[in-house]
Formats: sequence, C-alpha cells, structure tokens
Amino acid sequence: MTMKTLLAGATLALGLATGATADGHEPTTVGFVYVGPIGDGGWTYEHDKGRLAVEEAFGDKVETVFVESVPEGPDAERVMTQMALQGADLIFTTSFGYMDQTIAVAEKFPDVRFEHATGYKRADNVSTYSARFYEGRAVQGHIAGQMTESNIIGYIASFPIPEVIRGINSAYIHAQEVNPDVEFKIIWAYTWFDPAKEAEAANVLIEQGADVILQHTDSTAPQAAAQAAGNVVTFGQASDMSEFAPFPRVSSIIDDWAPYYIARTQAVMDGTWESTDTWDGIGPGMVGIGEISDAVPAEIKASAEALIERLRTGEYHAFTGPITKQDGSVWLADGEIADDGTLAGMNFYVEGITGDIPQ
Amino acid sequence: MDLSSINPILLLASLMVAATPIMLAAIGELVVERAGVLNLGVEGMMITGAVCGFVVAVGTSSPWLGFLGAAIGGALLSLIFGFLTQFLLSNQVATGLALTLFGLGLSALMGQGYIGIKAPSFPDWYIPLLGDIPVIGPIIFQHDPMVYVGLAIVGAVWSFLKYSRAGLILRAVGENHEAAHALGYHVVRVRMLAIMFGGACAGLGGAYLSLVRVPQWTEGMTAGAGWIALAIVVFASWRPGRLLLGAYLFGGVTVLQLNLQAAGVAIGVEYLSMAPYLATIAVLVIMRAGRAPGSLGQSFHASR
Repeated sequence: MTMKTLLAGATLALGLATGATADGHEPTTVGFVYVGPIGDGGWTYEHDKGRLAVEEAFGDKVETVFVESVPEGPDAERVMTQMALQGADLIFTTSFGYMDQTIAVAEKFPDVRFEHATGYKRADNVSTYSARFYEGRAVQGHIAGQMTESNIIGYIASFPIPEVIRGINSAYIHAQEVNPDVEFKIIWAYTWFDPAKEAEAANVLIEQGADVILQHTDSTAPQAAAQAAGNVVTFGQASDMSEFAPFPRVSSIIDDWAPYYIARTQAVMDGTWESTDTWDGIGPGMVGIGEISDAVPAEIKASAEALIERLRTGEYHAFTGPITKQDGSVWLADGEIADDGTLAGMNFYVEGITGDIPQ
Repeated sequence: MDLSSINPILLLASLMVAATPIMLAAIGELVVERAGVLNLGVEGMMITGAVCGFVVAVGTSSPWLGFLGAAIGGALLSLIFGFLTQFLLSNQVATGLALTLFGLGLSALMGQGYIGIKAPSFPDWYIPLLGDIPVIGPIIFQHDPMVYVGLAIVGAVWSFLKYSRAGLILRAVGENHEAAHALGYHVVRVRMLAIMFGGACAGLGGAYLSLVRVPQWTEGMTAGAGWIALAIVVFASWRPGRLLLGAYLFGGVTVLQLNLQAAGVAIGVEYLSMAPYLATIAVLVIMRAGRAPGSLGQSFHASR
C-alpha cells in the first residue's frame, strides 16, 4: 500500500511539474521520434545532435522531448499521439517507416505541425524533409571503385525503399565510371539498426571477396568488422564515424540536420510555418562529406574532391545521362538530368547491377 | 545467381560464431527452466552482460576479465528477479518482462560514456595440429576461445543434469517442488542458484556480442537475441543436446540467409528468416517428448 501511495504521489508531482512549466513562459515544445537509440553513432545520433542544436539556439524559449527506439508501425502512432497530447507544437518523425502514422496523427491534431523525414506524403500540417544522400553516395562510389582490388564492392542495404535504391544506383554509377569491372554484392538486412546482423552481413560480404563495404544501416558494427578483417575499406554512414579513421573508414556521409531544425522551430515561433517539401544536398550543407583520410591515394582524393565541388555548385548532377535501366530500357538520354519525381519514387536498378530488388 | 561464391567452409565457420551468443544465453535459461522457473528477462540480462563486459574489458584491457564482469553483471541482475519471484512470490512472467525492460534501460545508462570506443582485441585461437586438418580445421578449430567455452558449458550442463546428484535434485525441484520440499530439499535455494547461473550465462552471451562479434558497445545491440534464446530452449525440449542443434539451426539460418543474398539468390529472405520459428512450432506440435518441467512458472512457498 505504501508503495502505491508513493507511486501515486510521484505521478502527481510529475504532472504538476510539467503543468507548471507549461503555464510559465510558454516555451515552444518540439518533439522528436527516433527509430534507433540516440547512441547508435549514426542516423539517430545525428538527429539528436540536431535536437541539441535547437536547444542551444533557443535556450529556455524552447523545450524538446524525444522518444528513442520507436518501432516503425502502430507503436509510432501511439508515441506521436502522446507527444501531441502533451502539448508539442512541432514534431519531427525521423524515419521513412513513420510516414502513414505521421499523416494519421496529423489529421487528429490539426494545430500541431509535423515534419516527416525522407517520406513523400504531405498535408497542411505535415512537411517532408530529406537530404540528397545520393550525392554523397556518388562520392563514395567514386572512391570505392578506385580503391577496390578485388573489384567486388559489398553493400549492406536496409529496406527496399526509394532512398536506399537511389543510394545503390548512385554509388554503382560512379564506381563503374572509374572502374568498368566493378561488381556490387548487395545484402538486404531488413533493419535500420541491428549491430550483430550488420556485423554478420559485413563478414559475409568480406568472405565473398568484397574489399570495400558500403552501408545503409545505422550502426558502426560493419566498420568494426572491416577493421578486424584488416584490408577492407568502409565509409561512415549518417555520422562521421571518425573513430574508425583513417582506416578502414576513409570518408563518410554526414547528415547535418541542425540548421533545418533550427529554421523550422523558428518558423513555428514566428507563426510563419508552412507545409513544404525540402530536399537539400551538399550545396546547402544538409549532406556533408567527412574528411577523406590519408589512406586514399592523393590523386583519388583530388578527383573525389573535384567531384564534391561539382556536386556542391550544382554544375554536375549525380544522375546525368546516358543511364540505362537494368532491364535495358533507356532512362536518361545523353546529358539528360533525372527529375526529382522519378528520383523520389525510384524502384529500379541501373544497368550493370545484378540481382533483383526484393518486393 | 552465383552459388560458387559461397565458401561452405567459411559458412560453417561463421555459423559456429553466430550461434555462440544465443547458445550461451539458452543453456543458462535451460537450467533455470529445468529448476521450474520461467525467466523471460534473458534479453535484459544479455544486454546488461554486454555492457558490463565491455566496461570491464575497456577498463582493464583484458577481454577475459570482461567476460568475468559480464557473468557477474548478468548474475546480479538475475538476483533481482530471483528475490522478487522466490521471496516476494511475484508473477514470474511479468517480473521477467520487467527485467528485460529494466536491463535495456540500465545498460543504456551504464554505456553512456562507452559509445564509439573499441574493445580490446580478442584473437582467434589457432589450435595447432587440429587446426591444420583440412576442411574440419578451419570450421571447428580456428575460433576465439569463447566458442569453446560455450561448448564446454553445454557439455557440463548436460553431464550435470544427467549424472550428478545435484542435477537430479535440480530436476526434482523443477518437476514437483512440493515433493522436493517434502524430501527436505531447499527449493528456493536451488532455484536462486539456477537463476544466478542463468543470469551469468546470459551475461556471457551478451558480452560475446559486445566483445567479439560486433565488437563495440551500442545501445540495444542484442536486438532480440534473448528472445531467440528462449525459443531455442523450447525447441530443444529442455535438453542440452538438442539445444546445441537448435542454436546452430537458428544461428545457421541467419548466416545462410545473408550468404544467399550476397550470392544473388532470388528466394525470399523472409522464408528463411521465419524458418527456425516454424521449426520450433513444428517441434512443439509433433514431439510429445517436448514436455515442460512440471512446476515451470509456478511460485513456491514452503508454508503450503
């Protein structure tokens, strides 16, 4: 009985405490829904850095809440509803698999603004935002194609969604451009975060002859597996993963969400928030390329940096024709540039990649 | 499709490694369940073992001490479960689930400062002579020592349950705790020891992930391995011999699935992923021998 009384008292106190802050100077509350733990060292880690940047930028004018390791699916809807009920003004849902849940919850809370990462469904109070990671993939492919000696590049993919397929295609096109003999071995892990499985996948790829591993999963486990193997090149994913530099990690794609999160929070405070579709790349800084380490020969490094510069200025688009689809039909004519609509819904491999996309 | 790129020797070798963490956790749980206690907190004890092992190994730069720390950490956590279920007679299922949630949270807290740090290396043993045997050598005799420790524990548990007097008492407590009590055996003490052994083994399994297989600390890194260990115990019908088979089956399917994908085989990976679970259900339905210990999951109080 005493235990129960204690617990009831604690709950009440907690309720009063949250109530008190809400009545005070009315800070803007920003919620974040994460797919992995904030300590994953990759995707979620970077989103959480964005959250901390928002706190730093606005001080006590803003209050942030987050829930980590939220499974994609019905659970996410519960978490978002809870956040909205607790008075969040703006909620960032940071994984593709939250798309339908975000739309569903947004319908129930028309006064709350939602921002869904990497999706394509919008509403009056739902924006979408994503980064053009494929630009970073182009740089990775460019380096990987020249670094490989076995001509086998292993790719740990997560889910067969357009974002991941875009990455594979972009990396392949640019690896093949510098090394026509290159071959991609692709493993679909069906997870964003499972260190044991990712390590296993990396080991399998290495056993099957890959000496470069690209990953589209969030943990640093493949880096460690490559390090143990000794002669395998990797790239940091979502975060710099610099603890594995200069080798095996020779470069990385870094997601920098902070400026976007700060801008959107500001927009809510000013009352200027509108539903938008943001898709930024290397140019605006949403995609960063981690330092190319000295393990990469100087001339490869120089050409990779030239490629980054051309992508940054917009002089070159990562999907520039001629590009043929895997089935042999022409996708882009010589010099033609892919339109965003096709990119957003990409569901095919380009010519040269073997295997099928799982359905 | 290019099956020739799969090297069967490497495949079987990595199968042994993939099976080790779930085998360690499962053999501990098997002893716990044979003593009549259902501890669903395996996942929580594994992840706690993973972080304890990692913290100790980094602190002392000795993987062996890390494994020791993991076993102690797992056993300490299981003591909470033991105290609640054996002395306060709380519901075992609910307490076990709570232990998993608690372990996940606790490990995240303990691991705060250890993200991105590398574990001290734990080199493979290259067993002379035996390791030189073609085919069998690379499959069985060129692993890290924990693979053999795991196998040794399974062997020890098997002979303990089958041949020793203490094993007989443990089984008696699990089959009918009131009869065992009437014979003068201390049911709660036996169960507490079994629970601690289970916790220690789960801790070792978790540390195998954080120190050997991955090897680094990330939150939530066991990613459901504890639940697979529970399934293996049922699959094995509570017998150590079959548990070995079960661990290799579950571990093997994971590795095979990835290998087939990398080789470009177009069969659905979903089917392979669900195969071990289907096998567990089939075993439960078909094998009558798969009878659970008589007092499994029931609370015992000497006054009754």
